[in-house]
Amino acid sequence: MSQLELFRKNKIKLGPMQDTEAALDSEACFKLKGSRVTMTILELYRYDYKSFNDTLSSTVSSAPDFFQQTPVILSLEKCPADNFIDFIELGELCREYGMIPVAVRGGSEEQLLSANVAGLPSLPPASISTRSPEPAPDTAVAVREVEIEVPISANKVITTPVRSGQQIYAPGGDLVVLAPVSAGAEILADGNIHVYAPLRGRALAGVKGDDSARIFCQSLEAELISISGNYKVNEDLQGSLWKQAIKAELEGDQLIISPL
Amino acid sequence: MAEIIVVTSGKGGVGKTTTSAAIGTGLALKGHKTAIIDFDVGLRNLDLIMGCERRVVYDFVNVINGEANLNQALIKDKRVENLSILPASQTRDKDALTQEGVQKVLDEMKKTYDYIICDSPAGIEKGAHMAMYFADQAVVVTNPEVSSVRDSDRILGILQSKTLRAEKGEEPVKEHLLLTRYSPERVERGEMLSVKDVEEILSIPLLGVIPESKAVLSASNQGQPVILDDESDAGQAYDDAVRRLLGEDIEHRFLSASKKGLLSRMFGGR
Ligand SMILES: Nc1ncnc2c1ncn2[C@@H]1O[C@H](COP(=O)(O)OP(=O)(O)OP(=O)(O)O)[C@@H](O)[C@H]1O
Ligand SMILES: [Mg+2]
Repeated sequence: MSQLELFRKNKIKLGPMQDTEAALDSEACFKLKGSRVTMTILELYRYDYKSFNDTLSSTVSSAPDFFQQTPVILSLEKCPADNFIDFIELGELCREYGMIPVAVRGGSEEQLLSANVAGLPSLPPASISTRSPEPAPDTAVAVREVEIEVPISANKVITTPVRSGQQIYAPGGDLVVLAPVSAGAEILADGNIHVYAPLRGRALAGVKGDDSARIFCQSLEAELISISGNYKVNEDLQGSLWKQAIKAELEGDQLIISPL
Repeated sequence: MAEIIVVTSGKGGVGKTTTSAAIGTGLALKGHKTAIIDFDVGLRNLDLIMGCERRVVYDFVNVINGEANLNQALIKDKRVENLSILPASQTRDKDALTQEGVQKVLDEMKKTYDYIICDSPAGIEKGAHMAMYFADQAVVVTNPEVSSVRDSDRILGILQSKTLRAEKGEEPVKEHLLLTRYSPERVERGEMLSVKDVEEILSIPLLGVIPESKAVLSASNQGQPVILDDESDAGQAYDDAVRRLLGEDIEHRFLSASKKGLLSRMFGGR
């Protein structure tokens, strides 16, 4: 869970600051600079809790002082595309052993999504990231025509049960589920989530940071609900609204649950 | 047109093989040409439960590898007409099952049989995947406890995404819930989930409830599918389930703790 907290903190809020170069000549309170750092890469071949934990503990026991809050990049390039990875769990394990995952590289769409939910951005694959192209020096402004595909609607409607081990994501829209969402299943949307049946798994709305996203369900029995990174886990949910029809929304940083 | 029915569960030891033997035998008893295939390569025990272990010469893997033809490997049941068993190999592992190989054998069997029952191994790995891949229907065997229900839920997700029907976007695999080893006394004491609990979580149609019964063990010790013991509660419950599978509408029984009346006590009803 602390990964989610981290995710929340990582939503950088820019406030007034003093003492930067830029502050001297403009309103700006910071300046972005490119730089190169050498990082440790954790190359993942497959992921399940037990074998990852075993490998980590044996790696770390051979060099106990090596990892001390060491940032690492998780490379998924050699990991099977259909290997579901719970990055929240993985992140917790890593931090137990002194490693702090900061980004993922490679990986399938589903894996990247799951990484995204855990607050881990993705880097381009190794071959591309080694050399970044220099911008053409003598053109001040490059005008390019970009074709953007605008879908008529990005909403997704699911009519069959979402089962344990399954993950469904509605990028760029709402997710509507007309059947139960099982414990062990995960549903995500950039927009709102509606479940017209019991919600027993994990539901994450506004995963790209939309604070106005909401979650609606017919019966609250969830393992976790989250809006834009602000979450509540099962034990926080088991109050008077347990098994009731509810809506969940953000008020500031507070996730508020109320009867429908 | 042959129907392929997988008997699956995720969790081990919940009664898949017992169920495959009972349902396969039941369908054959009702006059349908039926074969039961043991997909549990390496751990075969369908032949033990069917009591034909001494007649095994060739097995499923031999047929896949072209080392024997189907008719050499299929064992005809001695008690029930229309029933054959395709045993698993004990010396190989599950990697011996290839998708092409399984498809070839099933395609050939479909020409002769009305029903092909696939007894799946436990787990969600290769063996279980091969057993369900070509299925038209699935009997999901579940015990009334949380871990079994969770595994069944997982299997249901896989049935709807990783089968041939799912991949081709055809009508999905038809799902049936079979609750086995059900003990109404223990449900009443709150030690087990009730039928209603399980139905609510899995939300698929209930094919039957098979009570926890001594008859199952004694039948398997004799190498007899329990459905042939038509005096027993489990045998009758399996017979009901077969009828429902064939489309009959029958009320569920054995759902509540038996309050034994004087008559049944006097005459030793089971
Ligand atoms: N209704 C029942 N009442 C009592 N015992 C039962 C019942 N059903 C199954 N059993 C017992 O449970 C055990 C496991 O049954 P079975 O071999 O059919 O399970 P399985 O799911 O095929 O196991 P595996 O996953 O190992 O293949 C056996 O000892 C069997 O006798
Ligand atoms: Mg078995």
